[in-house]
This record gives sequence, structure tokens and C-alpha cells, in this order.
Amino acid sequence: MLTGHEIRDRIARRETSALEITKRSIDAVAASEPELRAYLTLTPEYALARAAEIDARLARGEDCGPLAGVPVAIKDLFCTQGVRTTSGSKILANFVPPYSATVVAKLESAGAVMIGKTNMDEFAMGSSCENSGFHPTRNPWDLSRVPGGSSGGSASTVGARGVPIAVGTDTGGSIREPASFCNIVGVKPTYGRVSRYGMIAFASSLDQAGPMTADVRDAAIVLEAIAGLDPMDSTSADVPVPHYEDALRDDLRGVKVGIVREFESSISGDAAMSSLYKEAYAALVRLGAELVEVSLPHAKYGLATYYLIAPAECSSNLARYDGARYGVRVSDGGDVYQMFERTRAAGFGPEVKRRIILGTYALCSGYYDAYYVRAQKVRTLMKQDFDTAFSACDVIACPAVSCPPFELGAKSDPVAMYLMDYFTIPMSLAGIAAMSVPAGYVDGLPVGLQIAAPAFEEGRMLGVAHAYEQSTRFAWARAPKVGAA
Amino acid sequence: MTDVPIDIAHVAKLARIALTHDESAAFTAQFAKLFGYIEELQALDVTHVSATAQVIPIMNVMRDDIIRDCLDRAAALANAPDTSGPYFKVPRILE
Repeated sequence: MLTGHEIRDRIARRETSALEITKRSIDAVAASEPELRAYLTLTPEYALARAAEIDARLARGEDCGPLAGVPVAIKDLFCTQGVRTTSGSKILANFVPPYSATVVAKLESAGAVMIGKTNMDEFAMGSSCENSGFHPTRNPWDLSRVPGGSSGGSASTVGARGVPIAVGTDTGGSIREPASFCNIVGVKPTYGRVSRYGMIAFASSLDQAGPMTADVRDAAIVLEAIAGLDPMDSTSADVPVPHYEDALRDDLRGVKVGIVREFESSISGDAAMSSLYKEAYAALVRLGAELVEVSLPHAKYGLATYYLIAPAECSSNLARYDGARYGVRVSDGGDVYQMFERTRAAGFGPEVKRRIILGTYALCSGYYDAYYVRAQKVRTLMKQDFDTAFSACDVIACPAVSCPPFELGAKSDPVAMYLMDYFTIPMSLAGIAAMSVPAGYVDGLPVGLQIAAPAFEEGRMLGVAHAYEQSTRFAWARAPKVGAA
Repeated sequence: MTDVPIDIAHVAKLARIALTHDESAAFTAQFAKLFGYIEELQALDVTHVSATAQVIPIMNVMRDDIIRDCLDRAAALANAPDTSGPYFKVPRILE
């Protein structure tokens, strides 16, 4: 499978058609799906009809957008009008949205062709895709390993090149960690950069949608297509959306890259990971960047802060699943309160229940100030850490993950799973832009480099990632076990 | 391990989730480990720090008070587990 921009260009030159590309993508996904199980719903008929319509419009000379005819996969957390949307939960097993998320509507008006809805940890709570209410997804690089999560299905199918482009969502690392695990590019934009309208909410002050793509150029194109102010989301920012492709650069002369002292000391215990990241920083220097040491003294409190704020917000957001208006209902002849309790007991999986209980507790009268408000104050300190760091550097380069993809079942202890987000949570709490770009292999398994930039400086971040990607080309160096390079 | 201050049965009732005995027991053990991390926050002096509820400086977003299109009733009711005419139907609330 080609990248999204290669497909776009070939269709524009009439070397192929949207229909031919879409058929090829549907076939590639059908071939890999028995092993990967990256999708919860496939929409081949819808995709073929869309592709034919785009070909017809192109034949009439119409401009069909920057993604005309490009197959995309959509995380099953984005509402898609008329297409079942579950957020990976049994409680929404039968939910068919009456409207589409703004991200989906914008991708479609940019010409993209949706071929299916991807698997995920239930309500985006997890880092391995094993918490899906339906089935786990496998990593195309090693079928005994997880694709990461929560956007694991999107990462897996792009990693196997079933599609060149998917969208995911990131609350504490749910785009960046699976991108690292599946050897793809994953971008978590600044909070407010992309509308959350029609995204099934997990933690509303943290959730953000972003591209998961074969290369950095595709990420730039997709981000431009989905970003911007949306009257339907009052937290979307009124900040102009640049043409991100213009920001892609081939050298890093004059760029100051911050290396985080605390993160380096934390990864230093793992010789293979540490040496991979040292080599990544050396590659940035060879491109002309200057490295400067920066400090994020409160980053070590990230996990504690996140696991108060995110569950608190989740307990509030998920109160809506009560069996009354949509989704599954379990009533068994009881009263309305029994209906609520039974519906939620049957519909939610263990991780979702765990976080609702934790979050409800953090918001309880008597504990609210000690836990929730204190966590919000530490969040302020973390944001200030980044402000100080970015006064000394243009972007930060750091690990995206502490390890390559792990085996299914390896992190059965919830706290061990939570620790997977150690390097990604601080950026989420600060609301800044961050991404993962392929950085090489440890034991033959992919590992990503995280690049972070100040709020609304996605162009700067993508520019650095592009120079690094084009000079290293790790994503093209090897082929996954399932799918093509 | 840290002592878990949570009365899980009480919180589960507030959260309206019927937990099994096994779930409650598992959560108690898991929260004990997690609270080992969470309690680290108590060591920080945050007396003069303001809370961050959200990170971008957007407040009080207004729009003109005009009627706009909304979902029609049939679409809004289409996913309901039970309906009665134009209403969502739920078990009896008042005796």
C-alpha cells in the first residue's frame, strides 16, 4: 500500500482510480484481518460506492479535496452516521449514531473513503487494545504482541498497510503509544486544535483526535483537514490552521531540541532502549539541530495526576450510560435504579468499572480537595514545567515508550499497564502538541521517538519529525510479519 | 502497599454499578497499589498554585440565541431500548 499522498497524486495523474485503490485496500484488510482483528465494523459497500462517486466527480473535473480517493480507517470512538459505533464497549454494541463526528465529516469532505471502524480499548481506557469489549487486536510486527492502545486497531491496520491513514484519539498516550508499537506516525494535536464533536467522551479536558499515518507528510495533510474551530465544540480553538505541508523540512539547522533530564535518567536502566534514543538524538544533531538539556521536575507526578483527573472526568462522562435512551439495557423486571446498576454491571468491562469507581471516589465530598483539586494544581505545575522548557528549546525529543510492544497478557496488573503512559501523560496534562515517529527497532520490534512542541506549534513539530523521518527512513527499512512495508 | 481509604460498596452505589464480590475484592487490591502513586501528590506544596481545569484560554463561549436545526424525534428515539409514542420508556420511578 502506498502512502496517502502517493495515492492522492496517482489518482490526480489518472494513473489509478479511487475505486481501484479502494478495492485493493479492502482486499488487503480482508487478507490480514483473520490474524490482526483490527476492525469492529467493515464498510466495504459504503467504501466502494464512495470511491465510485469520487471517480465520477474527478472525471467531471471537480476538486474532491486533498485526500480524494484515499482509504481511511476510523477509530470506533468517532460517531459515524448510520454506521454502528461502539467505543469498544458492549454497552454500545447496538448503537447506530444519528450524526457523524466533525472529524469524520471533515475527512469525508476532504475526499477520504472510510473502509471501516477500528478496535480499541473500551471507551479508550487502556494501552494494549486488550480491554476491548469485543476482542483483542494483534501487532502486525509480531502476532503474539499487542498493537498498543487505546487506538490499537487504527495503529495495527496502518502498520500492516491495510490503509495508509487512520484517525485515533489520545487522552494520555492513546495515539502515540500504539503508533510507536506499530511503526507508524501518530500525532496528538494541541488540546482544542481538533473538534471533539461526535467523539465519545472519556476525559473531556484531555481527549484529542489526531492522525495515525504511514508517514509524516500524510499526518500533515490529515491534521490540516481535520483541525479548526467548530461551532459544535466550544472547546475547539479559534486559531488559524496552517498549510502544514509547508512546514515540512529536510534539515534542522537552527533548531534547538530539548532533551529531558528526568526522562533520560528513567530510560537509562534499559540499555537497548537507551541506546536507541541516544542514536535518535545523534541523528537530529547530524541534521543540524542543537541539543539542550531541559528539566520537567513534575513529570514524575504525571501518573498520579492523570489517574485522578482522567477517572474523575470519566466517571462523570460515563454516567450517561444508564440503559434509558440508547445502548444496551438490562432491567430484569427491577425498578429504575436496578436497571441502572444492572445495565452498567453487564455493559462495562473491568477497566471501565475500575476507573468509574476511582473517579467517583476522587470526586466524593470530603475527598474532592485532597485528590481532584490537588491533581489539578499539580497539572498547573506540569504546564509551567513545559513553559520553562520551551523558553530554552524549540521542540522536545524524548522516548515515546519505555519498551517495544509487549506480549498479550503481559500486563495483567492495571498499574503496570498505566505505567506504559509514563512518557506521554505529561504532554497530555499540559495540553501541548506531541507525536511519535518511527525511530528504529529493539529485538526486531518497532520503537517510536516522541517529539513535543508548544501549544499550536504542530507545524514546527511536524517539520522536525519530517527531517528525522526522511533521513532515517526506519518505517521503510523492514517489513511487518503481516501486511506490506 | 498503601491502605485504601475507599469504601468500595458505597462508591459503587454512588456510581450505580452492581459490583460482584470478586470485583470489589480485586479493585481493593489494585487500588492499594495505585494509591501508592497517588499519595505522592500529598508531598507537594500547592498552597499558592491555582488549579488547571482545562489548558487553553477559552472561556464563556457564546452564540446568538437563535433556533437551529436539531435531530428529529424519530432519529433521537431510534436507539432507545424501549419507547412509548414520542417518549423514552423506563421502569416505574415513583410508587
